[in-house]
Amino acid sequence: MNWPALIVFILLFTLVTVVGFVAARWRRGDLNHINEWGLAGRRFGTVVTWFLLGGDLYTAYTFIAVPALVFGAGAIGFFALPYTLMVYPFVYVVFPRLWSVSHKHGYVTASDFVRGRYGSGLLALVVAITGILATMPYIALQLVGIQVVIAAMGFTGSGLVGDLPLIIAFVILAAFTYTSGLRAPALIAIVKDLLIYIVIIAAVIIIPMQLGGYAHIFSSIPADKLLLKAPSGGNLGTYSAYATLALGSALALFLYPHCVNGVLSASSRKVIKRNMSLLPAYSLVLALIALLGYMAVAAGVQHDPAYAGWFKQYGPNFAVPALFLHSFPAWFAGVGFAAIAIGALVPAAIMSIASSNLFTRNIYKEYLKPNATPAQEARIAKLMSLIVKLGALAFILFLPGKYAIQLQLLGGVWIIQTLPAVVIGLYTRWLHRWALVLGCLAGMLLGTGMVASQHFTSSIYPLQVGGLTVPGYAALYSLPVNIGIAVILTVILRAFKTPEGMDHTTPADYEYDTE
Amino acid sequence: MTRVKRACWYVVLFAIPYGGVLWAALYNRMEPALFGIPFFYWYQFAWIIVTAVITALAYFNKV
Repeated sequence: MNWPALIVFILLFTLVTVVGFVAARWRRGDLNHINEWGLAGRRFGTVVTWFLLGGDLYTAYTFIAVPALVFGAGAIGFFALPYTLMVYPFVYVVFPRLWSVSHKHGYVTASDFVRGRYGSGLLALVVAITGILATMPYIALQLVGIQVVIAAMGFTGSGLVGDLPLIIAFVILAAFTYTSGLRAPALIAIVKDLLIYIVIIAAVIIIPMQLGGYAHIFSSIPADKLLLKAPSGGNLGTYSAYATLALGSALALFLYPHCVNGVLSASSRKVIKRNMSLLPAYSLVLALIALLGYMAVAAGVQHDPAYAGWFKQYGPNFAVPALFLHSFPAWFAGVGFAAIAIGALVPAAIMSIASSNLFTRNIYKEYLKPNATPAQEARIAKLMSLIVKLGALAFILFLPGKYAIQLQLLGGVWIIQTLPAVVIGLYTRWLHRWALVLGCLAGMLLGTGMVASQHFTSSIYPLQVGGLTVPGYAALYSLPVNIGIAVILTVILRAFKTPEGMDHTTPADYEYDTE
Repeated sequence: MTRVKRACWYVVLFAIPYGGVLWAALYNRMEPALFGIPFFYWYQFAWIIVTAVITALAYFNKV
């Protein structure tokens, strides 16, 4: 057991727990009301929204999954950089429209919007279920992040001791979300970011100094890992994979229920835009964190027998914890582990709150118990947030992938299928509601099929075009099929004059602003 | 310029980083390196800064 690290870790976690309980009283609202538990009463300004939205990016994805991919597979892992680079301009243009129409009509989820826009309960249901399903593997990724850092503090072995890190991670997350809703993550996000900044600054300055500078780090990476595999012999290699992973992830990110939630809890359009113009700063840091993967290679942690047991159990996902243990004094490794664990905990809480909101509003209240009281709603939301986390646990147990990032990529394959209904729906109502339903289902089936053909270990599908093999992200390959089917069926349904449903929104609603 | 017209211009500006990073053949090489950092890496770093400038411009022009 690494006592110094563990003690620092526990101290920092206690601090965060205290902040969480204080948060429950912060700008007091009735937490038994779902609007308060889940959207914090829609009152967040630039600063809190920044930390909330930033929290969607600074997760175990950034700290564990991306460096792990860079560590194990090299340059391809850097797709996260163009991904975060492309996401903000897209959100800047598109999502203020969602904020406006939602604010005008009191929508809290993407599914609410779809119901109002297309007058279709079925389409709203499909969007809600897709959102909940897609969030589970993303939460699973966060659990893996918490799991590996807890393991790094001295839990190795098989049987109960080997399972303990995951069990502890799950219990912490469940207890944390259950008690205080969205307020706790929002306030803790600030503490979390401070911790993370400290660790990042230390990591990107101290570790390269120990390793002899960035130039030396790059020169110690095998040449075939430093660059993408160039196309050869009728195979586009990793070029197409790199681009489709980046673009697919960028288009998918803000469709996740927790990101919609983050956008909608902003207090005005301007707050969203201001954040989207500030958040690219996060990308710069993400790029530096990705390089931790190379630093781990340069430090030679994979050949160090001290870490062999962990690498055997957690694979490349252990790269960053091993690097911290290798480079930092034990107490500061504890700070780093706490930053990663809290950095995974906060988004995981936000994700499970958002998807349980979705269930409560768009499934429970819509179909199961229309006359539920606010107190009943809040209780169901809390219960559902637990069920979503159990689903996440199932993904970890039944999808034995080498790279944790695969969990997030799988979520992306699913959530991107709601893009036609939500994003295209923000601009035009031309697509028919039933065509959208069938398009989405077709996209889900095709995308999942592509990943299944890789035995769920990779989301890269080797598409055959003529004699050419074009490996690419299944999300981006299934989306055009989804849209294509929606377009064709729209033409057919319209020819038969199928009822279009009622649009409750007007063009002016999409420009509505409070300021 | 009207607000709508200005917004259209910015959509074009926003598309520039997409063009810059989506085709990896453009930058998948070692040279010219910068302070020992291969071109592949510092090229993409540079695009983050360009993107940040573009989104900041859009914000200050109230697009």
